[in-house]
Amino acid sequence: MDAASDIKYLTLGGSLKLKSGITFGPITVAYETYGELNPTKSNTILICHAFTGDSHVASHRSGDRPGWWEDMVGPGKAFDTNKYFVICPNVLGSCKGTSGPISLDPKTGKPYGLDFPVITIQDIVMVQKRLLDHLGIKTLLSVAGGSMGGMQSLTWAVLYPDMVQSSIVIATCHRHTAQQIALHEVGRQAVMTDPDWLNGDYYGKEGPKRGLAIARMVGHITYMSQASMERKFGRKLVGKEELGYNISKDFEVEGYLEYRGQSFVERFDANSYLYLTKAMDYFDLTEDGQSLADVFQGVRSDFLVISFTSDWLYPSEQSRTMVRALKANDVGVSYVELDSDYGHDAFLIDFGDQTKVVANYLARVQNDKAGRT
Amino acid sequence: MISLDYEIIADIIEPGAKVLDLGCGDGALLALLKEKKKCRGTGIEIDVKEAVRAMERGVSVAQGDLGRDLEVYGEKRFDYVILNESLQQVLDIEKVLDAALRIGKHVIVGIPNFCQFGARFQLFFLGRVPVTGALPFKWYNTPNLRFLSLKDFRFFCLEKGVTIEKARYLVQRKEVWFFPNLFAEAGIFVLRK
Repeated sequence: MDAASDIKYLTLGGSLKLKSGITFGPITVAYETYGELNPTKSNTILICHAFTGDSHVASHRSGDRPGWWEDMVGPGKAFDTNKYFVICPNVLGSCKGTSGPISLDPKTGKPYGLDFPVITIQDIVMVQKRLLDHLGIKTLLSVAGGSMGGMQSLTWAVLYPDMVQSSIVIATCHRHTAQQIALHEVGRQAVMTDPDWLNGDYYGKEGPKRGLAIARMVGHITYMSQASMERKFGRKLVGKEELGYNISKDFEVEGYLEYRGQSFVERFDANSYLYLTKAMDYFDLTEDGQSLADVFQGVRSDFLVISFTSDWLYPSEQSRTMVRALKANDVGVSYVELDSDYGHDAFLIDFGDQTKVVANYLARVQNDKAGRT
Repeated sequence: MISLDYEIIADIIEPGAKVLDLGCGDGALLALLKEKKKCRGTGIEIDVKEAVRAMERGVSVAQGDLGRDLEVYGEKRFDYVILNESLQQVLDIEKVLDAALRIGKHVIVGIPNFCQFGARFQLFFLGRVPVTGALPFKWYNTPNLRFLSLKDFRFFCLEKGVTIEKARYLVQRKEVWFFPNLFAEAGIFVLRK
């Protein structure tokens, strides 16, 4: 099998009523699966990717392109594909196979652009639910994700409590704060003030490359920590022996951000950037005025919550708030604040304790389940 | 080998009880209660390394601070709340014990005895701060913030109107019954309010 055919596609019949009230369809979902579904269909783990991720959570065979959680997913790893059937769908609004602003509008034959409806985390989860319905999967051993993936995992536990047995929620929050929204808005403004953005109708043209690159530069800063940047770059100079005393690049960190910005432009759609940051900013489990403890009242899943000491974008206090609200409802919850100085990126790169904790947690969830039946 | 205090606690707790272990460390007691007594247990531990180890043992644990993280639990949520070798390490003992008595039908407290005869001997004759089996630390590295005798704890419970349902006393691998405040290195009390 070649890499392209590892991605499966499902076009959902009919249309979906989105949270905004708009009815939208048809929707195509791109997803990848790992391992085998057992005969009782009880070993499924749904992995939800973060903001700019995709369905390729891990490689499918040796020589295959590594996935974004390569160290966590695979035979013998924390999400052990010898035991578990792992599904990773690309999210609604993204540009990696699932319907998004870059997809062709069947009415016009052109990309949707800004005609694509504004979506929410709930909408993303509802699309995933439709995919699982199609696959005949009625229970999920676990729903796991970090950052925006964690928001989806939380939403799953709240929206479909009877389906989810455990929730793994990493480096995330139950509602975006003013600071988190503000940082996203800087990125959106960078894209939208690029003259090549053309109100989102840039497909087939130059596109807002400069704006998207700047948005990504800001994003990257928020994903790292002061300590990790200091270790990686310090005040090292780039391409010169001494300070230039002109307004060109002097420091390695400047070159790095430039490089990350440029390479991001090659792999991500600017409109998807706008839509998905918006979806995260809209995310607030308590939006109806209830307390978080009230929101978690119907939750039946057991939780594993993980945060990282140096993550200032989704600080541990947000995780502790969720842990307290879960405990108030007598929901089983394990929580660790792992030591890492990688900042928010830790959930994607710092695997020492993370793999251990996830593997042990999943083993316990399975054992406890076997003990009960 | 299971330490005697764990054996005694496991002996006290009824099968299938719902248990919260405050300061659960590496989860050894919770694992024992889960295996031997089929308890539904969870723990709170402040040290992340210990919490990670507890998860390796297959027990549920949330990293947290006893001074802050007990308020969320509802009244009498647990059959037993355990404070084994942890109460003397918290800053606000009254607050933590009050919370434990509120959320637990019973509270099990295990404390080292600062006035066991060996400790008294070291204090009186050697003029040194005692180091014993139950108090193995030196003055400069002890995690204990409070130093009390078994008698002190009894008086404390009396003042607070807390009922002592049971008490067991131990020295190394044995239980003791006579003059516990003199002979026992540690005491395990079952409380109720």
